[in-house]
Amino acid sequence: MTAIVKLEGVSRTYVRGKESLKVLDDIDLTIERGDFVALMGPSGSGKTTLLNLIGGIDRPSSGSVEVVGQKLETLSSKALAQWRAAHIGFIFQFYNLLPVLTAARNVELPLLLTKLSRAQRKANALTALEVVGLADRSTHKPGELSGGQQQRVAIARAIVADPDLLVCDEPTGDLDRQTADEILELLELLNRDHGKTIVMVTHDPKAAQHARHTLQLDKGGLVAATVS
Amino acid sequence: MWHQVWEITLMNLRNVPSRLGASSVIVVGIAGVVGVLVALLSMAIGFRAALENTGAEDRAIVLRGGSGGELSSGVANEHIAIVASMEGVALSSAELYTIADIPKRSSGTPANLVIRGVEPSAFEIRPEVRIVAGRNFDTGKSELIAGVGAVAEFEGIDLGAQVAFRDSTWTIVGIFDADGGVNESELWTDLPTAQTAFRRTGAVSSMRVRLTSPDAATSLAQRIDADPRLDLELTAEPAYYSAQAAQLTALITGFGYVVATIMAIGAVFAALNTMYSAVSSRTVEIATLRAIGFSGAPVVVSVMFEALALALVGGLAGAALAYLAFNGNTISTLSGFTQVAFDFTVTPALVTTGVLWAVTLGVVGGLFPAVRAARLPITVALRGE
Amino acid sequence: MSHLALMWSSLFRRKARTTLTLLSVVIAFLLFGLLRSVADAFTVGIDIAGVDRLIVQPKYSIIDPVPMAHINQIARVDGVAAVTHADWFGGIYQDRSNFFPKYPVDPRGYFALYPEYTIDAAQLDAFASTRTGAVAPAQMLEEFGWKIGDRIPIEADIWPKKDGSRLWEFELVGSYDAIGAEVPPSEFLFQYDYFDEARQFGNGGVGWFIVRVADPAKSAEIARAIDALFENSPNATRTATEAEFAMQFANQVGDIGLMMTGILGAVFFTILLLTANTMAQALRERIPELAVMKTLGFTDAQVAALVLGEAVLLCVLGGVIGLGIAAFLEGGIATAIKGILPTFALSTTTIATGTGLAVVLGIAVGLLPALRARRLSIVDALRGH
Repeated sequence: MTAIVKLEGVSRTYVRGKESLKVLDDIDLTIERGDFVALMGPSGSGKTTLLNLIGGIDRPSSGSVEVVGQKLETLSSKALAQWRAAHIGFIFQFYNLLPVLTAARNVELPLLLTKLSRAQRKANALTALEVVGLADRSTHKPGELSGGQQQRVAIARAIVADPDLLVCDEPTGDLDRQTADEILELLELLNRDHGKTIVMVTHDPKAAQHARHTLQLDKGGLVAATVS
Repeated sequence: MWHQVWEITLMNLRNVPSRLGASSVIVVGIAGVVGVLVALLSMAIGFRAALENTGAEDRAIVLRGGSGGELSSGVANEHIAIVASMEGVALSSAELYTIADIPKRSSGTPANLVIRGVEPSAFEIRPEVRIVAGRNFDTGKSELIAGVGAVAEFEGIDLGAQVAFRDSTWTIVGIFDADGGVNESELWTDLPTAQTAFRRTGAVSSMRVRLTSPDAATSLAQRIDADPRLDLELTAEPAYYSAQAAQLTALITGFGYVVATIMAIGAVFAALNTMYSAVSSRTVEIATLRAIGFSGAPVVVSVMFEALALALVGGLAGAALAYLAFNGNTISTLSGFTQVAFDFTVTPALVTTGVLWAVTLGVVGGLFPAVRAARLPITVALRGE
Repeated sequence: MSHLALMWSSLFRRKARTTLTLLSVVIAFLLFGLLRSVADAFTVGIDIAGVDRLIVQPKYSIIDPVPMAHINQIARVDGVAAVTHADWFGGIYQDRSNFFPKYPVDPRGYFALYPEYTIDAAQLDAFASTRTGAVAPAQMLEEFGWKIGDRIPIEADIWPKKDGSRLWEFELVGSYDAIGAEVPPSEFLFQYDYFDEARQFGNGGVGWFIVRVADPAKSAEIARAIDALFENSPNATRTATEAEFAMQFANQVGDIGLMMTGILGAVFFTILLLTANTMAQALRERIPELAVMKTLGFTDAQVAALVLGEAVLLCVLGGVIGLGIAAFLEGGIATAIKGILPTFALSTTTIATGTGLAVVLGIAVGLLPALRARRLSIVDALRGH
């Protein structure tokens, strides 16, 4: 299988005033296409930072990040944005839907960056909502949906442009047990049946059980890799 | 309750600096409304004052019937003596009223400056006319005295200056004051000299009469009306000048109120906006206060006080700005066909009007947000957004 | 969903706040439309003045008469293509509030000098051949309900008839119009010959001459030549282009344009403050959302463009609505103030300028937030949430 994510010697340091904080220290990492990886570790271990680097919304202080065959450091800010649009889908702990738009329009949002016609955009958005089982709520605004439903819409938005890689930051952090399980099963389905590679940050061991592999992060370095 | 109100209000007002941007909107918006209102109305007040200061109760003016004003009026020489000898006339003066094109200082383009040819009795009839610089003109010479308003408004009208018109050169030998009346916008000279220079030897424009008593006006007017030899009409000065002032005063006043009202509507929207956001950014605070035990009413009143305080600051600032920028400034405009100079006059009553407007706007702008603040369910508010 | 729909939805995130801000912008542009129209009303004569026309007026004041005899000499000046005359009748039709200018003219000569006025050939013939005939603008016939053949009574204030009566009666024999003019004409025209013969005094004189020059570039030269003809005569003249002549009158009223600009300046300053404040507030609340859009793949520039677009959308919408309301009210206002400001009208220039101003306002209030949106760091913004 081909590697979809390749990190070599990656470090990330933040400077706050006079202090500098090394969040990631010399990370080497490979993730194969079609994998479902859980990233775990204590708070402050740098797992969200690692996720951000993989998703192309942050740049490393040193080292190389290659995702879907593209060395991200060679891309300008604008090119990076366009690359993200084509290859990455994000899922956040607090859903991050636009409260002013309906579910359908929220899902349609990434498609505004494509050359699809308006009719095609609407059709694709509806299809994505069907995949997550929320086609009947397409005209509701986030304020009218429960937490679990909002996360489903967020997932639909993440897959609507058919990305290679789904990047999830604590996707079930704000949900109750039952709803969390439903979401995780949906992610499994997307990985198993639709071939989406998924990298998921979580602190919940039960969530990690849905993944195929688990990576442990501690104090900025990878510790252990286990298979679920 | 008032103690609660005071505490909350103080807390809110202390917070204003952190919401400076939003708060300044109310202050600036209302300052604008009040400033414009005061400035425009002070024009109307000043103009009316200039005209009303001119009229005296025991004086009347005689014009040709239906002429509407001194400019288009004419009184034949033969008729002057007839009127002068009528019962009710204590003293009279025949006057020639004409205009010359002299450039205004403000625009540099010619405007209609009034030249009045007078007899010595004109000064007796108008005791408010006093020479304040130089001397009065000599009869038979090309000499003029200029009113202080004319000096302020027209180019080249200064003490000692030479003004050329009508194929001769005139010298301004004196400057006169007339208690702020319309005459201050005029140049005066000797009647016979004016009649020759302006080629009006057969007639004068009008007559000015000092009545034996203010009540004599009505009967004298009737007598003149009834006389078949005369096509003249007599009007008591107060009535004459207020009719002259009426249209322009109404126009400026009306305009001032219309513009200020439209601005006020805009200011209310701005105030509502600011106060709604002030309330919404403090929903948690307000709800906590209420959960602690402050009742709804102090919250409402404190929001209103905040709006009122800001509005008051704006209103006072606007009135002060208008006063500083305009009060006492002389401008002149076309009244009928001639220039009348007058001062912007910001009176205490006007400032009070402005402040009342500000307070009203503050109340309107604060009321709805205040009520919404009080009605917010505590639990919803405490949960945050 | 289009980009426009996205901007629209984002704008109305907080319905109340956006609506109130929008309404304030509407008010500002309503005032813009109305006040600019007032300012324009004072200068409209200047815009419609013919570039190839000069006005010959008496040198010292507008109320002096100029002898009709001058016309032959003027016609012989090199560069003069045509010359006619007019006078100011004054007078009242029914009520002082029905103000319109009334000129005694040479029928064919006047319409030849004003080719932009269109009149039916048969009606012009009737005007020239009917001694007491008169023509009026088509709009005036509508306004007063006149029909061709009606007797129009005018009460004179300046010009009594030989028998002392002040009632002049004219027979309405035609109507005229000005095609494509921004402001319709308002002159009531009747025969000079009848006027001169019937009036009590001033016979043989006119108010002013209107001259057409063959080459507008030579206007100053020709004006000087005309004045030189009469310089040493008792009836000296002052010749200027028609535009300058109209400007004189506007300037006499005062710097209305400056006053309107001053008021509008204050209004727009406040609106700028209010709207900028609203936009800044809105941006602060949306930082997490904008970060999310960047994660989705919107570039920095695209996100900035969206924010700027919203500001421009809000301001242009408010501007268009405000100007629309001004356009809606224009007719009613024009009728109400006809006696004071007969040329009040909302011009297309004002609408165009207003719309342009709205765009500029939108850019001004949206620029800073747009730049902030552009610089937004995804990671910092998401972490803050």
